[in-house]
Amino acid sequence: MSNTATIPAGNGDKLDFLVRGEHHVPQGTLLGFWIYLMSDCLIFAALFATYGVLSLNFAGGPTGGDLFDLKLVALNTAFLLISSITYGFAVLKMQMNSLRGTIGWLAVTGVFGLAFLAVELYEFYHMIHLGAGPQRSGFLTAFFALVGTHGLHVTFGCIWLVTLLLQLRKHGLIQANRRRVFCLSMFWHFLDVIWIGVFTYVYLMGSMI
Amino acid sequence: MSSSFSSTTSSDPTSAVFGRLSWDSIPYHDPIIVGTFAVVAIGGVALLAALTKYKVWGYLWKEWFTSIDHKKIGVMYMVLGIIMLLRGFADAIMMRLHQAMAFGENMGYLPPDHYDQIFTAHGVIMIFFVAMPFVVGLMNYIVPLQIGARDVAFPFLNNFSFWMTASGAVLIMLSLFVGEFAKSGWLAYPPLTGILQSPGVGVDYYIWALQIAGVGTLLSGVNFVVTIVKMRAPGMTMMKMPVFTWTALCTNILIVASFPILTAVLAMLSLDRYLDMHFFTNDMGGNAMMYINLIWIWGHPEVYILILPIFGVFSEIVSTYSGKRLFGYSSMVYATVVITILSYLVWLHHFFTMGSGPTVNSFFGITTMIISIPTGAKIFNWLFTMYRGRIQFDVPMLWTIGFMVTFVIGGMTGVMLAVPPADFVLHNSLFLIAHFHNVIIGGVVFGVFAAIAYWYPKVTGYKLDPFWGKASFWCWLIGFYLAFMPLYVLGLMGVTRRVSHFEDASLQIWFQIAAVGAVLIGIGIACFLIQLYVSYKKRDQLRDETGDPWNGRTLEWSTSSPPPQYNFAFTPRVHDNDAWWQMKQHGYKAPREGFTPIHMPKNTAAGLVLSGLSTVFGFAMIWYIWWLAGLSFAALVICTIIHTFNYKRDYYIPVEEVEKVERQRAEVLA
Repeated sequence: MSNTATIPAGNGDKLDFLVRGEHHVPQGTLLGFWIYLMSDCLIFAALFATYGVLSLNFAGGPTGGDLFDLKLVALNTAFLLISSITYGFAVLKMQMNSLRGTIGWLAVTGVFGLAFLAVELYEFYHMIHLGAGPQRSGFLTAFFALVGTHGLHVTFGCIWLVTLLLQLRKHGLIQANRRRVFCLSMFWHFLDVIWIGVFTYVYLMGSMI
Repeated sequence: MSSSFSSTTSSDPTSAVFGRLSWDSIPYHDPIIVGTFAVVAIGGVALLAALTKYKVWGYLWKEWFTSIDHKKIGVMYMVLGIIMLLRGFADAIMMRLHQAMAFGENMGYLPPDHYDQIFTAHGVIMIFFVAMPFVVGLMNYIVPLQIGARDVAFPFLNNFSFWMTASGAVLIMLSLFVGEFAKSGWLAYPPLTGILQSPGVGVDYYIWALQIAGVGTLLSGVNFVVTIVKMRAPGMTMMKMPVFTWTALCTNILIVASFPILTAVLAMLSLDRYLDMHFFTNDMGGNAMMYINLIWIWGHPEVYILILPIFGVFSEIVSTYSGKRLFGYSSMVYATVVITILSYLVWLHHFFTMGSGPTVNSFFGITTMIISIPTGAKIFNWLFTMYRGRIQFDVPMLWTIGFMVTFVIGGMTGVMLAVPPADFVLHNSLFLIAHFHNVIIGGVVFGVFAAIAYWYPKVTGYKLDPFWGKASFWCWLIGFYLAFMPLYVLGLMGVTRRVSHFEDASLQIWFQIAAVGAVLIGIGIACFLIQLYVSYKKRDQLRDETGDPWNGRTLEWSTSSPPPQYNFAFTPRVHDNDAWWQMKQHGYKAPREGFTPIHMPKNTAAGLVLSGLSTVFGFAMIWYIWWLAGLSFAALVICTIIHTFNYKRDYYIPVEEVEKVERQRAEVLA
């Protein structure tokens, strides 16, 4: 740092202290949403850890081996994984500037999401009907909390998806909507990743006990 | 508030319309509460009447409540912090007076279950609704200015975050007059907070106040990480960021990475309470120890969330008032980052006595002691900055020196507690209480007052009156030592925390000294309020036209005081850590022409509406008013969706207006 106290700003080769004209600040929504997802991931981390601690606390009640129907869960997993692929198609269509294609594939994604929820609700209903509700034992408490939180996220994703479909129909593929499609895309794929953890850690490992 | 209350409500069948809310829920048989209510009610009505009489509602609504300007939101956070500080301090002084008299025959003036609510409310309010709003408010005001930005990355979210925090505060205040607050201590450990042992509404108030405020905190964390990562002025590389911005970045990373754990663990506790589940119950396979682990995985980072930005504040102040560049900038940054990481590896030191075994305890004891190394490095950096500097002993500098001495003492008692065998003796004793007040008052509170004195002229355009500032400082400093040094002594003698009555008369003198200290702190708070008033009255004498009253070094001092709505007519270009200092060295003059229209976000009432609905939702959940809970939740979802249909969220400030503002500024400076 020199003591050249008299040099005015922006004078030739001297230091320039200003940005002339309009300064465009980079858009932060995608980064912000990504950070939010990582914080959400920590909620799941806490729920997984809790499940890890409580997963053998059967309190004389049923175990995962008694309750889990792996075929049903496999079907459910397929629904969710397919919905992630169809969401990918929607984004591809969006990149090709096809509004109809985007909306179509998003709608298909929503249908698979709802199918996933329907199977999950059936599974919950069935377990509660058997007397294996979340009040039965520490294991079931942790199970319902983890799987249920994932299910709530998918529900929220479906509501968002419907909202987004309306907005796409209204405004088309404008910049703001493209950003929203990307955000929901991250959310949707994130839920898939979480589900893979649930499927492996809760269902596959749990059914062996 | 009486003990009979919780048992009656829990056995009463809940009504479909009002849930478990009934006239018995109003604690009108407790004279202390009724007196408080009378004062609050009369004061509140007087305030509302005054606001109406002077017709400021429209102004408040347009310029403040719906504002998405980070500066105004920052000020609102600070006001919330000051108001809640008064409440939290009222709790503190009640406890100090009670403990000073409750010996032998004398049972004190507070019934035990009221006393239990007071120590719980004191802790919760001071951490969540005093320290957090202060810290978030400071970051709100200062960070965008320091990085040369016009606002934060998500201005609406910022307004929403503030109102969610305020909503949590409203619920806590409500618990004073409608029902009761938790009697469980500030972290609400189960199984005490399970539905069997705490059937009343107290724990539910706790849960919902923190959950709602927590949403706000988490979102503001996301907001600031993105703001600092994406919106820095050109040329401001990471290692050219002001230290306060660095500490703000680390703090917000900590918020994003720890508040979800709090959300999760409180949700689990509510599931135990509302749906009879078994996370933390004693029976049916629950595990209460897990709660204590989880809540401290959030809780330890939380104390660094509070102190890191304050380290940043002191760094700015020390270098400004020493007239020198900060000593060891990069070591300061690395120390901050190391503390950020280590803060995740120490949580178990809060419960060495749980019995995790010597290996686990040693690990956490050692990581805890290691934290003192980067913290010590910071202290040396501040000292070396002062060394051979031209130090001006203005009020912020007094707080800084008071902090350095006090915080070092608190840090050393912290290292003592980090030794597991010593902790087995000191755990849950008043020694611990003295330790964390030592670091939180000596660190966070002193830092907040230093920051207020330092940045006040930036916010208002006039300085704070130094006489009352010094009076406040000395009352706080001496009051702190009188109030908490006796607690170290008592703790070493084995007195445990949260006790409302004592038999051993020889201890009483220490509690009486502590009570005198608390009164002195009260006078310190009064001096601070008088200072605000006196400074306002004398604002013409104290006025600062330059925008740079302390010969500052960072970009916030390059703007007018208060800064224009858009902060910078031209985005600054940064070449040095002390960007503004360098600009002054180069004889920088603000340009008079070449302005362009400025792109800004629009005000919105959405944050206020959503927060109001959240308050109703929380209240309905607390009182089991299911229809209202369902209704308000549905309204929340619908309002959020409606808000997303609003695509016209920004506008341009016309170039004429920018020119006008900048011309006025140039005339003042000329």
